Amino acid sequence: MDVCTFENVGIRGTNIVVLGVEKKSVAKLQDERTVRKICALDDHVCMAFAGLTADARVVINRARVECQSHKLTVEDPVTVEYITRFIATLKQKYTQSNGRRPFGISALIVGFDDDGIPRLYQTDPSGTYHAWKANAIGRSAKTVREFLEKNYTEDAIASDNEAIKLAIKALLEVVQSGGKNIELAIIRRNQPLKMFSAKEVELYVTEIEREKEEAEKKKSKKSV
Amino acid sequence: MALQDMCKWQSPDTQGPSPHLPRAGGWAVPRGCDPQTFLQIHGPRLAHGTTTLAFRFRHGVIAAADTRSSCGSYVACPASCKVIPVHQHLLGTTSGTSADCATWYRVLQRELRLRELREGQLPSVASAAKLLSAMMSRYRGLDLCVATALCGWDRSGPMLFYVYSDGTRLQADIFSVGSGSPYAYGVLDRGYRYDMSTQEAYALARCAVAHATHRDAYSGGSVDLFHVRESGWEHVSRSDACVLYMELQKLLEPEPEEDASHAHPEPATAHRAAEDRELSVGPGEMTPGDSRMPAGTETV
Repeated sequence: MDVCTFENVGIRGTNIVVLGVEKKSVAKLQDERTVRKICALDDHVCMAFAGLTADARVVINRARVECQSHKLTVEDPVTVEYITRFIATLKQKYTQSNGRRPFGISALIVGFDDDGIPRLYQTDPSGTYHAWKANAIGRSAKTVREFLEKNYTEDAIASDNEAIKLAIKALLEVVQSGGKNIELAIIRRNQPLKMFSAKEVELYVTEIEREKEEAEKKKSKKSV
Repeated sequence: MALQDMCKWQSPDTQGPSPHLPRAGGWAVPRGCDPQTFLQIHGPRLAHGTTTLAFRFRHGVIAAADTRSSCGSYVACPASCKVIPVHQHLLGTTSGTSADCATWYRVLQRELRLRELREGQLPSVASAAKLLSAMMSRYRGLDLCVATALCGWDRSGPMLFYVYSDGTRLQADIFSVGSGSPYAYGVLDRGYRYDMSTQEAYALARCAVAHATHRDAYSGGSVDLFHVRESGWEHVSRSDACVLYMELQKLLEPEPEEDASHAHPEPATAHRAAEDRELSVGPGEMTPGDSRMPAGTETV
């Protein structure tokens, strides 16, 4: 079974929502483009998951269909809460049926509602869901969450760039081999999902490292 | 489920027609008789005998209707209410078969209330219209007749949709539905502006329905006027249609001569200026000294 318990981080900024995912290193002969862990559910909602990739595929497919059915029945695009509740209800059904096992995934669902408010939700295999300002799922979720608790301040999410950097910093805490193994996606208000290319992620990583060095220099200057 | 299949057990509602209850969409008619043809030959004439109108403008949505319920040439009820509230910010004008309209509006109320509880907010007027048209289009071909205008105020401001029982769903600024609608459209198209004041809008709506009731045999009784504002809907007035029409005619009179009789004490200019005020004065008030048509004359 292909188990993906790699780190996922979600950040809810003021005008932006960020999803960062640790990519596992791709085998030499494998085509990198087919390994995508951040999936768009609709123009304004996307999700990342940690757990069994195959289970995630089923859930994502059902969620995508539900997004369009909702638009067909009710003319409005889904709210992030609605689709989260749908996914959570789906997961719960599988915990209470004969002959089935629960979906083995936790998901981070981010997006903007019609009213322009950014949202971040997390669901788990039992079918519960909660809203978060910033969260992490995966094998070292605890470490990352502690980092976020310390560093998620109003300043940290004041601008879009700061929010993106916070997500990358959180991932760098636990990801080996740096920026090459990070996949990043953002949604800005009234704009569709944007996946970052490896180069763009590298730019941010370089900037973070530069800021770190400057901070250390300042510290050492002070101590002198 | 496996056990069910093994025992070949069927849940009751998948079995064939029972002798006691008709199937959904079926009618208890004599054997060998197609319900549609039966109704067409022997059933009552179910015409859209009514005038309803609705239009949206800056200060909300106006809904107005007559109050005559007709069954063929028989007036079943001269004072029915053809504007049905769905919730605090949504009204529907009804035309077609009264029973169908009433039923489907109750279903719509239930649907919207459930969604409000689940989602934490009421669906928009567009959603409500979509839900209603989708629900009714499943019964297409079964002689449902519901022609309705949904008037509401939601997050995008005043909204107006027309929904028909074959599934038609249209959005526009003005709709008039029913046998009297051509007459009402004439008046509405002449006088409609998005930037009307509330009083002008009331006057226009009353005028349109009054003219329609004057010419259409299936419309009459009184004129109901409703207004959906940002704060919710309100029933503005119910005025007798004949009286209203008479008042309108008076306003079109030529100016009285110098040696005017006591019947017209007010000068003509004051009449013109007070046109809006007079029309919004309300039910049953007649200008003094009017002797041409005694009150309460029955129009055939």
